Amino acid sequence: MKILAISKRRLSRQAIWWVGFSLLSLTFIITSAQGAFAISPRQLGHIIVAGLTGQLDQSSEYLVFMNIRLPRLLLGVIAGSGLGMAGALMQGMFRNPLADPGLIGVSSGAALAAGMTIVLGVVFFPEIPRKLGSWTLVLMAFSGGLLVTSLIYALAQSSGGTHVGIMLLAGIAINSLAGAGLGLLNYIASDEQLRSIQFWLLGSLGGARWSAVLLVGTITLAAISLSLMLTKPLNAIALGEAQATMLGVNVERVKRLCILYTAMAVGGVTATTGIIGFIGLIAPHCIRLVAGPDHRAVLPGSAILGAILVLVADAIARTAFAPAELPLGVLTAFIGVPFFLLLLRSSKVKV
Amino acid sequence: MLINQFMPIKDQSKRQSLEMLSVLCASLGIGIGITSEPLWAQSTAKLPKLVTVGGAITEVAYLLGAQAQLVGTDTTSMYPIEATKTPKVGYMRQLSAEGLLSLRPDAVIASSDAGPSVALDQIRSAGVKVELIESDHTWDEVQRKLQVVGRLSGREILAKDLQVKLDVQWATVQASVAKHKGKKPRILFILAHGQSPSVAGEKTAADALIRMIGAVNAMSGKNPFNGYRPMTAEAMAGAAPDYILTSTQGIEAQGGIDKFWTRPELALTPAFKHKALVHMDALKMLGFGPRLPMAVLELHEKIVLA
Repeated sequence: MKILAISKRRLSRQAIWWVGFSLLSLTFIITSAQGAFAISPRQLGHIIVAGLTGQLDQSSEYLVFMNIRLPRLLLGVIAGSGLGMAGALMQGMFRNPLADPGLIGVSSGAALAAGMTIVLGVVFFPEIPRKLGSWTLVLMAFSGGLLVTSLIYALAQSSGGTHVGIMLLAGIAINSLAGAGLGLLNYIASDEQLRSIQFWLLGSLGGARWSAVLLVGTITLAAISLSLMLTKPLNAIALGEAQATMLGVNVERVKRLCILYTAMAVGGVTATTGIIGFIGLIAPHCIRLVAGPDHRAVLPGSAILGAILVLVADAIARTAFAPAELPLGVLTAFIGVPFFLLLLRSSKVKV
Repeated sequence: MLINQFMPIKDQSKRQSLEMLSVLCASLGIGIGITSEPLWAQSTAKLPKLVTVGGAITEVAYLLGAQAQLVGTDTTSMYPIEATKTPKVGYMRQLSAEGLLSLRPDAVIASSDAGPSVALDQIRSAGVKVELIESDHTWDEVQRKLQVVGRLSGREILAKDLQVKLDVQWATVQASVAKHKGKKPRILFILAHGQSPSVAGEKTAADALIRMIGAVNAMSGKNPFNGYRPMTAEAMAGAAPDYILTSTQGIEAQGGIDKFWTRPELALTPAFKHKALVHMDALKMLGFGPRLPMAVLELHEKIVLA
């Protein structure tokens, strides 16, 4: 593993954790004061004191912060870290810097299932949307993501185990199929349903509720902590699958776990927020540029950077056109891509 | 976004219909000019602040003189023109809880089409009243809008007075529609705000309106469907509409009436031969607000009695 030796210009693994967490905390504090509903730093202090001491505070600032903004910030951290981590896992598993969690069909499966729920749900179960609210949508999207991922995984099975090349192609093909399915749904959808699908595809943290934060937070946290155990095997796989096997790594098992954790994190996040693009692609690249290809740095680093990126993008989404809101998926691309290109240009030698 | 404003119907209109309309407007004391002035001048210091979501609901608020209480409206609120200058909380189906709450309203009045439901729950959890008005495309819907806006704006008596007047107006309009015993024309409603126009099937506001004016929806024949469907040449020829009905905004989006008729889907319809096209402001026609009686009467005169 000498190839992965860290050069002096790179941030060490410990530094990634420290710098990452400090930046994340700073971003969290700054963005918690941003929003259409003006809450001054002093009021924020009162709210936090009231929240911690269990005081009864019924001011509208308290209610807005506790019921709307805080769950939203936390969902942003969860979504960003889940997507960033999943991106690092996928790029490591496919040994391809273009890999994206979308490749294994989680996002497209979730999107297709969400579209079906929006368009066909009313026809077959007219009562469901009113009774269960958007939970039907969350549940359907999550199962859709898992289902399509398992399909792609099954298609990539051959005598020698999971064939990564076939998986990549199957993923692209199934994604196109899901796209066509969404197109068909768009065609038969009413105007209102079309708007709903469109907004869902653009992603938003606007639907953050404590119940959703707890549910998705648990799933994502589990996926992240479990995937941190895959860092060393992934470093070995970076040398080639055959070499990794010779180093004693159970490559099949690692691949299966990578896919499972990605499906858990991305499926859970996408089901609650809609599609938030580019985080999974950009975060691992940025971390590799500053810390090198060691997965022990890339995996946690990508999760932290993903969280920071989503927090910043969402702060802009909810303030730029207040009191209306911009779709988050649009902003992550607008902010992420130039940032990414800048990094790429300024250090292209190292890539 | 379309620039909506009240556009007077340019097509030649029967003098009789205009006279009847002006009589109705005069008897009500409402009209195009009057909505810009409050019906009831009074101090609004202690009256509840409102956010209205839905064009017709905002219209009712203005009609009741509650405009000073409006701290925000949605992007479908485009009439009267002053409503476009209020702070906008976004599209009615994509409300942002925090943005809406930042306007610090006491209550939110929204159409039942508004959403997402999570945002409405969040608004409720911050202690702000959210009242949804069921949209079922009936006269009841118009009455409900008056009652709810009247109650939540603290103008109940005024709303009741107005409702009595509007009920009388509606009864008059219905009676004059019922008088006509001739053949019912077939009307095709085209929603043409985008590149690919769609046509209205059953259970749509347009379908309800076509029935109200004493006509038949051309799409409710052999293969009825609910909601909107894309317009195709063969289906339009099969539907054989005598008239095309569309929104003024749709005509603008297509680049004018002449451009509208060049659409290949319409060439084989009876309406094409006579260039029988009627258009009206979308909110007036389909909003199911206080201008519904006028819209129904106008369209009845222009299409059924033509």
